[in-house]
Amino acid sequence: MDLVQLQRQFGFLDEQFTQLQELQDENNPDFVVEVVSLFFEDSERLLNELARALEQQNIDYKRIDAHVHQLKGSSSSIGAQRVQKVCVAFRNYCEEQNVEGCLKCLQQVRHEYSLVKTKLESLFQLEQQILTAGGSIPME
Amino acid sequence: MAASETKFHVLAVDDTLIDRKLIEKLLKTSSYQVTAVDSGTKALEFLGLNNNDNQDVEVNLIITDYCMPGMTGYDLLRKIKESSSFKDIPVVIMSSDNIPSRISRCLEDGAEEFFLKPVQLSDVNKLRPHLMKRRMQTNVNKRKAMDEIVSPDRTRARYNELQVK
Repeated sequence: MDLVQLQRQFGFLDEQFTQLQELQDENNPDFVVEVVSLFFEDSERLLNELARALEQQNIDYKRIDAHVHQLKGSSSSIGAQRVQKVCVAFRNYCEEQNVEGCLKCLQQVRHEYSLVKTKLESLFQLEQQILTAGGSIPME
Repeated sequence: MAASETKFHVLAVDDTLIDRKLIEKLLKTSSYQVTAVDSGTKALEFLGLNNNDNQDVEVNLIITDYCMPGMTGYDLLRKIKESSSFKDIPVVIMSSDNIPSRISRCLEDGAEEFFLKPVQLSDVNKLRPHLMKRRMQTNVNKRKAMDEIVSPDRTRARYNELQVK
C-alpha cells in the first residue's frame, strides 16, 4: 500500500512531494516533516493576513497578491497541487481587483489547505505507527 | 592535487524559509558546501566580508531567487556582474513564474542558468559544468602566472597544450 500514490491520484500531492521524500536521508531523517511543518506555519500566517487584508475598507491588492504569491510558492515547493491551483485563480482576481472573486478564492484556498493538512498529518501518523511497530517505510 | 577535491562553495539566496531549506538540501545532497542567506544585501555582505577577513573561503557560484523584496535576484545579478572582484562568479536565477522575457533578460545580462521552481536535483546537476570550467580556467591561469615568475622565456612553448577554451 502506498499512501502517497493514493494522494497523488486525487491530486492532493504531486511529484514534488516524492522528490522531498527522496531527499530525506540518514543525515536528515526528519527533512520532510520539517519542511511540511514550515509549510503549515507559513500557510496559516498567510491565510490570516489574507483574511485581514480583505476586511479592509481600502483593499491593498498588491499586498494581497504578494501574500498569494508566497502561498503559491510554498505550496508548489511541497507539492500541494490543489492549493497551488487555487492561488493561480486568486492572483487573477487580484489583478482584476475583484473583491468577490478574492473572497471566494480565500474560502477555497482555506478549504484546500485544510484538506492537504489532514492528508499530510495522517501520512506522518501512519509512518510513525509503522516505525513504532518495528517496520520500515519503503522508499520508491 | 588537493584543489580539485575541495568542495565547491555555493551561496544560496532566497527570502522564503521553505525554499532556502530546500535549495540547501538539494545542494548538500550534491556534495556542495552551502551558505544560505535571505536577501541580496546579505549576499553582498557575505561576499564583501570574505574578501577582507578570510581569503581562503571563496564562493564558486551564486544561486538566487528572482522575486525578493528590496533587491531582486536580477538586481543582485547586475551588481555581481558590475563588480570587478565578483563578476566572474557564475550566477544562477530561480523563479516560480515562467515569464519568457524575464528569463531571456537574466540570461542576456549574465546569468548562466535560469531554473523554474520548484528546483529539482536534475537542475542542480546542471551546475557542475559551470563550476568545473571555472576551476580549470583558474588553475590554468594560476600555473601560467607562477611559471612566468619562475621562467618567463619558456612559458608559451611549454603551456600551449593546456589552453582551456
